[in-house]
Amino acid sequence: MARKLPATDVVIVGLGWTGAILAHELTASGLNVVAIERGPWRDTASDFPPAYAQDELRYHIRHDLFLRPAQVTMTFRNNVSQTALPIRSWGSFMPPNGVGGGGVHWNAETWRFQPSDFQLKTHLTQRYGEKFLPADMTIQDWGVSYDELEPCYDKFEYLCGTSGKAGNLKGQIQAGGNPFEGFRSREYPTPPQKQPYGPTLFAQAATEMGYKPFPQPSGNLSQAYTNPLGVTLGPCTYCGFCEWFGCGNYSKASPQTTILPVLVRRPNFEARTQCEVLKINLDKSGKRATGVTYIDSSGNEWEQPADLVLLCAFQLFNVHLLLLSGIGKPYDPGSGAGVIGRNYSYQVTSSVDAYFDDKIFNPFIASGAIGMCIDEFNGDNFDHGPHGFVGGGYLGAVQTNGRPLQSTRVPKGTPRWGLEWKQAVAKNYLRSYQAVTHGSCYSYRDAYCDLDPTYTDRFGRKLMRITFDFHENELKMSQYITDRLAEVVQKMGPRHFEKKPRAGHYDITVYQTTHTCGGAIMGTDPKSSALNRYLQSWDVPNLFVMGATAFPQNAGYNPTDTVGALAYWGADAIVNQYLKSPGPLVQA
Amino acid sequence: MVAEEIRLAAKSPSAAGVSRRELLLTTAITLIFSATSAWALDVKGSLPWPPNAGTPPTPVQPGPWVYFTAEEATAIEALVDRLIPPDPQTPGGKDAGCAVFIDRQLAGAYGKAEGLYMRGPFVDGTPQQGDQSPLTPAARYRQGLAALDKYCRATYAGKSFAELADNDKDKLLSGLEKGDVGLEGANARGFFELLLQNTQEGFFADPVYGGNRNMLAWKMIGYPGARYDYRDWVERHNEHYPLPPVSIGGRPDWVRKAG
Repeated sequence: MARKLPATDVVIVGLGWTGAILAHELTASGLNVVAIERGPWRDTASDFPPAYAQDELRYHIRHDLFLRPAQVTMTFRNNVSQTALPIRSWGSFMPPNGVGGGGVHWNAETWRFQPSDFQLKTHLTQRYGEKFLPADMTIQDWGVSYDELEPCYDKFEYLCGTSGKAGNLKGQIQAGGNPFEGFRSREYPTPPQKQPYGPTLFAQAATEMGYKPFPQPSGNLSQAYTNPLGVTLGPCTYCGFCEWFGCGNYSKASPQTTILPVLVRRPNFEARTQCEVLKINLDKSGKRATGVTYIDSSGNEWEQPADLVLLCAFQLFNVHLLLLSGIGKPYDPGSGAGVIGRNYSYQVTSSVDAYFDDKIFNPFIASGAIGMCIDEFNGDNFDHGPHGFVGGGYLGAVQTNGRPLQSTRVPKGTPRWGLEWKQAVAKNYLRSYQAVTHGSCYSYRDAYCDLDPTYTDRFGRKLMRITFDFHENELKMSQYITDRLAEVVQKMGPRHFEKKPRAGHYDITVYQTTHTCGGAIMGTDPKSSALNRYLQSWDVPNLFVMGATAFPQNAGYNPTDTVGALAYWGADAIVNQYLKSPGPLVQA
Repeated sequence: MVAEEIRLAAKSPSAAGVSRRELLLTTAITLIFSATSAWALDVKGSLPWPPNAGTPPTPVQPGPWVYFTAEEATAIEALVDRLIPPDPQTPGGKDAGCAVFIDRQLAGAYGKAEGLYMRGPFVDGTPQQGDQSPLTPAARYRQGLAALDKYCRATYAGKSFAELADNDKDKLLSGLEKGDVGLEGANARGFFELLLQNTQEGFFADPVYGGNRNMLAWKMIGYPGARYDYRDWVERHNEHYPLPPVSIGGRPDWVRKAG
């Protein structure tokens, strides 16, 4: 039996990027905020100082910073005809855990989505006609426009100090930036990071081919930066331990390096760590959240009443909690009705591996978000008419790391062990290069989340079941953009290169990205979306759901900048609209 | 002081009219000494920064086998030395310490599958659904090595794996990898994959874990190890990085000689 705590104004589930942003904005408006976080408190000095942060085995191979599947996991199957089985050890994605969430261990690639991404269904239908889209594709407009989100993107990037070069300032195309991006109201907070050899060669080759390469926008900063909250980040030292790792240098934008030092000093803020929310509580009408029930690490259950509940956990866990709490109608792939679990999507990545004889790349001189990219083949930047698919991605030479267990690649046909393998590793480590594509993943009727009928967590709660596979449209897209990438790589002059487009079934065991999306999407119609355009639950108006959970489908970019922008968008709606007149901000 | 920072009111809990703060105190009292504690923590007012809160890895110490029996260890040393054989430039898996690495990993959290989802039912699925074995890595080694020994003695006139000629060792490993050789009472291919993965981990991981002795694998490929600042070298393109590798534990020549 849960013991009841005194009520607070706002309870936040999960203290990662979105939880920290919402807590900061709402405490600033005078509300009392309690954040409940499943994982531990984490900070640079105690958890990943530069004395031992560079530990590939501990952090990358043994998943030290991530949630333990023993605590909670999901089950997975490729399609409804299969029986879903539990993910016993993380593979395809890495669910975060602890204060800072994914913001602790991301690569910090800080991309905006394109204006057309937010009106995707309308845009593609107008340009190509409804019949051009696969019949089972369930893409939707977001209900919010790029122009509306632009100030929120700006705010998040200035919080982070993002390093980059604008390609479009208030409609004026800028040399050296991404000419395909939506307008920016001002330049990036800090200039681009320096580029090592590989990205420099890639940019030269791309320029010769008539493309417009630009530096990848990076949350690992090119120089020291003090953000509007007064928190200072240090310059990145190119150590190459970003994704899967915490930054020991205070150089990577994270809640720890941008918000938390200010937030925890607010007298109206409190965080409870190692406390796992079991469910969101509803009143008898089912239309109002009364707070949450959580369990602490001693096994005591507590009820935290609140006037406003903000679901700010990682995408998968937001959906899981909605399903467990009975909020919103669960999605049924048979009828296509229901909204919770609907439009689960991912990201389609691929690579081209190249081997050189005469070039030293020093892959260990790296940052999670340096690199030179081209955007000619992203979104709808090219005519899809002749190709028979929609979507795309950025292509680039993105030098994230030279960690030996992850990045010792050998040419195809090399044995996987023995002397020949050993010699090939020694020969190619410094002289090989991997260029990548980062592609969109649109949503489909048969890709969704629901509760598993068999497997449970340690509290006996049903695990969430993911049903997902890649579709022909995405595989064709990956083939096409990987071919375009290979043309650029070939021009860099390797002795040998290998195209690795995404192919076959989605494999839960192979790491691709942690960009899981959807499941409680935003939109304009409560029949096809769980949240309105302000990320407010259609069913329970005093509940807002943050994160990539709200993406109706995924674009060909990393999601965090958009997740951050949506958090500011939601916070603004709460402070400037909801608090003045609590209730639905959009009438269904 | 930490206790102040996290504002735990030091009142003794009373039976009736227990305040919220006191309730939290009962759950949080044990946690105030470490920010990385596994216990619930109430953070309010300032960052919870206890002194000396780091969690550096515990370096593996040389010495007797911790998990493996002497016979198992002999087999493992022979196995890792074929998966990564010595050559004139670089020692092989055995002298790199891969067997020691695996031994210590199996004796620790990894060997026990700590943190993994180990609830049933255990049902084999598609390759895309991942490994569904109920066995821990430690158990898989015990089972796999016993089955391999049985196979070797039956096939090679009573010899153990370590006693085979290199050629025969390689043929057998190849057979396990391809699924041509089955082992009674063990998943032959699964055992091979696990062994190959752990051997390469031992070869390339930081030497604090017992393998990659003297950073020999890092020297072999030209990886400078746990360095943290390459700002002066980012734009020096197509040039060899000049400094030797360092480990989380430093470098052997940094250790002050006694006396």
